[in-house]
Amino acid sequence: MRRRPNYLAGLGSLVWLVLVGFPLYVLLISTFRTRSSYSSEGPLSFPEHLTLQNYVDDFSNGFGQDFLNTVIVTVSVVAIVLLVVPPLAYAIVRARGRTISTVFRVFLLGLAIPAQAVIVPMFYVISKAGLYDQLIGIILPTAAFCLPVCTLVLTGAMRDITNELYEAMAMDGASPWRVFWQLVVPLSKGGLSSIVVFSALQAWNGFLFPLILTQSESTKVITLGLYNFQTEHGVDVPGLLSAVVLSMLPIFIVYLFARRALVQGLMGVGGK
Amino acid sequence: MSALSSVSASGRRTRTGRRSGVGVTRPGLVWAVPATVFFLLFAILPLVLVAVLSFTSWDGVDAPTFNGLDNWTKLLHDPVMTQSIWLTLVLTVAGVVVQTPVSILLGVWSAGYQRNRAVLSAIFFVPLLLSATAISVVWRAILDPNFGVPSQMQWLFGDGNLMGSQSGAIAVLTFVGMWQWTPMHALLYQGGARAIPQVLYQAAAIDGAGKFRQFLHITLPQLRNTMITSMILMLVGGLTTFDTVLILTQGGPGTDTTNSAYYMYQQAFKSFDFGSGSAIALVLVVVATLISLAVVRFSGYDKMRSTSEGL
Repeated sequence: MRRRPNYLAGLGSLVWLVLVGFPLYVLLISTFRTRSSYSSEGPLSFPEHLTLQNYVDDFSNGFGQDFLNTVIVTVSVVAIVLLVVPPLAYAIVRARGRTISTVFRVFLLGLAIPAQAVIVPMFYVISKAGLYDQLIGIILPTAAFCLPVCTLVLTGAMRDITNELYEAMAMDGASPWRVFWQLVVPLSKGGLSSIVVFSALQAWNGFLFPLILTQSESTKVITLGLYNFQTEHGVDVPGLLSAVVLSMLPIFIVYLFARRALVQGLMGVGGK
Repeated sequence: MSALSSVSASGRRTRTGRRSGVGVTRPGLVWAVPATVFFLLFAILPLVLVAVLSFTSWDGVDAPTFNGLDNWTKLLHDPVMTQSIWLTLVLTVAGVVVQTPVSILLGVWSAGYQRNRAVLSAIFFVPLLLSATAISVVWRAILDPNFGVPSQMQWLFGDGNLMGSQSGAIAVLTFVGMWQWTPMHALLYQGGARAIPQVLYQAAAIDGAGKFRQFLHITLPQLRNTMITSMILMLVGGLTTFDTVLILTQGGPGTDTTNSAYYMYQQAFKSFDFGSGSAIALVLVVVATLISLAVVRFSGYDKMRSTSEGL
C-alpha cells in the first residue's frame, strides 16, 4: 500500500521546526557576539564580528569549577544507582513472598512523589545530617529520586529473561551471586544503559536540590551557576547564553553518538 | 541446535520436578536492602516529615516546635495562597490543553515514514536535552522587552513587555512549558502510534475512509492509553511547575503568577516560614496523588482494557 504524506501533520511539524529552530538560532548566534553588539544590533541579525571571548570569559568567571562539580555529582549519582538498583530489581523479579512485593509497591508509590513537594523536609534532613552545602548533600537526594523510575525500567528489562535460563543455571548449582553476574547483568544491558542515561541526565540537569541545599561558590553546579549568573549579571546576555551552550555540550555529544540509548533513557520518565 | 537445547532443558525440568522452582537460585531479601534503606531515608522519610513539619513553627535554624493548626488556619485566610491554588490549576489546565494536541500531531507525524523525518525529528527533540534552568534562562533573554527579540519584532509583540501583565505572564509560562515538554510527550505518542496495527488502517481504507477520518476513528481511540499516561505526567508536572516560574517571572508581576509550588519555596526559603511551606507542600502532594488516581479511575485505565480487542 502506498503511503500518502499527511499534510496537516506535516504543516504542524514545520511550525514546530520554526518554534524550536528560532530560539536555538538566537542562542547560538548570541554567544559569538560582543556584549555591545548584542545591545546595539539586537539578537536577530548576524553579527559583523564573531568572537569567542564570551566562552573565554565564562571560564575565567568560574565555569570550570561548576563544570567539575556537576561532573562529580553526575558520576556519583550514576554510581549509586548502578550499585543499588540492579540487586533490587533482581530481587523484585526473582525473590518470592509478600515482603518483596511490598517493597516494589513502595518504589512504585515513589513515582508519584514530586521532588518539589519534599524540598522543605529534605533541607531539614540534609542539615541535620551535617551535609548542607556539600556535594554529597546534593548527590544523595538526587540519586534517591532516580530510584523509582530506574527500578521500573530495570525490572521490566529483567522480566524478559526467560525462566529456562535461570533453571539451566540452577542445574549447575549456581548461587544467586553467580546467577546475577553471569546471567542477569549481561542480559539486561539495554535496561542498564537506559538507567545510566536517565540518572545521568537527572543529575546533570538537576536544579532544585542544588538550589536549596548549597550556597557556596565551591559547591555550585552548572544549573545553579546559570541561575546566579542571570540574577547577578543579567545584562551580559552573550556570556550567559554561552554558559548555557557549554552546559549542553556534553549531552549533545552523547546525543550525536548514542541517540537511541539517550532517547530510551529519557523515556524512562514515561515508564517502559 | 537451539531447538534441541530447549528440548533438553525442558526435559530436565520435568525430571527434577518441583525443586528447581523454589530452589537455590532465588535471591534473598538482602538483595533489596541497600536500595530500600536508601530510598526510605531520602525519599519516604522526607515525605513523612513534610506532614509533621506542617504542624510546626520552624525558621530553618532552631529546632522546630509544634504549633498545632496555626499554619493551616493562616493559609486558609491567606489571599495569596487561595490565588496560588487557582493559578496552579489554570497553568496546569492550560498546559494540558496546549500540549496534548501539539504532542499528538507531532508524535503521529514522526511515527510515519517520511523521508525527511529522521533529520527533522533530530532537531525536534532538542528541547529534551536542555535543563529546565537552561530553557528558562534562554527564553527570558529572548523575551526581554528591551534587549530581546520583542524590541526587534514590534509588529508581533507590540510594546514587548510580555511578562508585564498577568495574562501575558501566564501565556509566556504556558508557551515555555509547551516548548519544554512537548518533545517528551510527542515521543510517547510516537511509540503509541507505531504500535497501532496497520491492518486497521488498511481495513478503513478499503471502507473508503480518508486520512482525516482514519485519524479520528482509528489513531485517536487507539492512543487512549498513551493519552492517559501522558496526561498524568502533564498534570503532576503542571501542579509542581517551579523552575520556569522562578526564573521567568519570579511569581510576578506582584504575585500574579505565584503558583503553589513557587509560594511554598518563597514561604520556606525566602520568608523562613518552613512550617507554612510544608503545609503547602502537603496540599500539593495530596492533590497530585488524588488527580492521578482520579484520572486512572475515571478513564477505566485501572481495568487495563486493551485497545486491541477484536483483532
